[in-house]
Amino acid sequence: MSTAAVTAPVRQSISIGSSLRRNRRWALITSYIFLVIFAVFFLIPPYYMVVTALKSDAEVARMATNPWIIADGVTLDQFKILLTQTDFLVFFKNTIIVTVCVVAITMVVSVLAAFSLGRMKFWGSSILATGIFLTYLVPDTLLFIPLFQIVKSVGLLNSYWGMVLVYPTLTVPFCTWIMIGYFQSIPKELDEAALIDGAGHMQMLTKIFIPVALPGIIAAMIFAFTVSWAAFVYPMAFLYSADQQVLTVGTVTSLIRGDVYKWGMLMAGALVAAAPPLVIYAFLMDYYIAGLTSGATKG
Amino acid sequence: MADTVQVWSTGLQASSAQPSATEKLRLFLRRRSTVAFLMCLPLIVIITFLVIYPAFYSIYLSMLNKTQTRFIGLGNFQFLLSRDVFRMVVEQTAIFALSAVFFKALIGLITAHLINNLPAKGQRKWRGMLLVPWVIPLALSSLGWWWLFDPTHSAFNYILESLGFNQIGWLSNPYWARFSVILVNVWYGAPFFLIMYLAALKSVPEQLYEAASIDGASAWQKFVHITLPMMRNIIAITVLFSLIVTFANFDIVQIMTAGGPRNMTHVFATYAFMLGIRSGDLPLGAATSLFMFPILGVAAILILRGVRKRGREIG
Repeated sequence: MSTAAVTAPVRQSISIGSSLRRNRRWALITSYIFLVIFAVFFLIPPYYMVVTALKSDAEVARMATNPWIIADGVTLDQFKILLTQTDFLVFFKNTIIVTVCVVAITMVVSVLAAFSLGRMKFWGSSILATGIFLTYLVPDTLLFIPLFQIVKSVGLLNSYWGMVLVYPTLTVPFCTWIMIGYFQSIPKELDEAALIDGAGHMQMLTKIFIPVALPGIIAAMIFAFTVSWAAFVYPMAFLYSADQQVLTVGTVTSLIRGDVYKWGMLMAGALVAAAPPLVIYAFLMDYYIAGLTSGATKG
Repeated sequence: MADTVQVWSTGLQASSAQPSATEKLRLFLRRRSTVAFLMCLPLIVIITFLVIYPAFYSIYLSMLNKTQTRFIGLGNFQFLLSRDVFRMVVEQTAIFALSAVFFKALIGLITAHLINNLPAKGQRKWRGMLLVPWVIPLALSSLGWWWLFDPTHSAFNYILESLGFNQIGWLSNPYWARFSVILVNVWYGAPFFLIMYLAALKSVPEQLYEAASIDGASAWQKFVHITLPMMRNIIAITVLFSLIVTFANFDIVQIMTAGGPRNMTHVFATYAFMLGIRSGDLPLGAATSLFMFPILGVAAILILRGVRKRGREIG
């Protein structure tokens, strides 16, 4: 562009420059207009959930007023009912137990495996790495029926410990896969230096690889957390009593009693249940996105 | 390298002083490949017993009768194929997955470009905002959508009515119900495409666009001749991956319609759930979900090829 400006007559270059600038401004304005439209589409459900959760039952049931705004004033009654008169806190506790166990199991299993597959080849290790990636692509809806029989045969049907058993199938393959990528990106010289200094394999892993690959480990942890927090198929198929239920299925099934849907309370429940992943996302967005994109960008 | 030295030196010691059995075991356990294998063992156990075994068990299970007492070969598959409802499930799953993935990819591509057009400091904020649907657990946002579509209180119908249109039976009219579950899936999945494309757009070298500008290329020409070829691989991977996830989707349909009205919105997963868990015919349910396998297998192999190719391009 600068060379063109030098050779072209001065007046013409000015008019090209200003028209370019004007074009760019128009491009920016149309970008903003369309982004606002998409943002409205993307944010309608969460907005409407918040609005409903903050209304009184009477206002939720009323047909005449505009449902998109709160006319009678904000009230926290729905949250009070949710926390005192339902099993919601039991679901919350169960979900926390399941998620903490699954994240811990996932991280131990996948960091060990990724270190071994990424750094210390053994017979069949490259086939195994490919196999792990293929396992990640097996959806839960393909396996929930045979797993039903397996969970039943080990006596964990209708127990949240059964979830601790089966959720790692959703988390371990992907976490291992992205950790392999992170470990492989660490320069070889680092572990050679450690070996010369007499470090064992375990020391090498805990003293060098885990600290250096910490961003990857955080991304994998966030992935494991969000997956086990949001899992729906397995608890829907394997859990049926309220004292064992987890948040997703509990909110969707148990809070609905009879034919009367208490939508205010349901929305309050959905919001509280969705809050932990949203909070983590708000604070650790970059790690979250790194975990999301590295599955396909790290080979 | 250091490892071989270690083995060699211990080997010298061993030859001079006749190794005992425990000594041998210790040596074996200290070998690099043994350590590596042991580190992988927990993963191998999980995958073997909770993925590979169930997958094969599912095939066996699908060949039993309802009470799992008699082997009936391909009877369940024949039964399913002879039923009109099942044919409708196949059709609806194809419509659901293909149209949802198409619109997800389209919206993702458009929004990624729009965000990429913005000045750098505004991009983070918009990206953060547009990714929210992906972050909310799908089961819970589906509940929110169900409430938006509620037959008597639908907030969308309120808008339609105040604009002078008729109400729509979002989930009670079979065709609108099909539209609604697809809409929710697009809403949920488009941010994933957005984030993948945005990451890929950032990796296209800026010089290519500058060179094209000097040659007088229009924005559309730049998109067709630079952006698309550079992103072809990542687009293919993302589309195939999304196809698998959408094909196997369960949450949205189960929560919003449970397959109704008149079984018109059932996809493989919800139909398998209804037959296998709700009606207690596990073999028939297993057979239903096995119908997903061929298409998922093809998509998985294509993804693997794409990822490998991309791995070679990068490194």
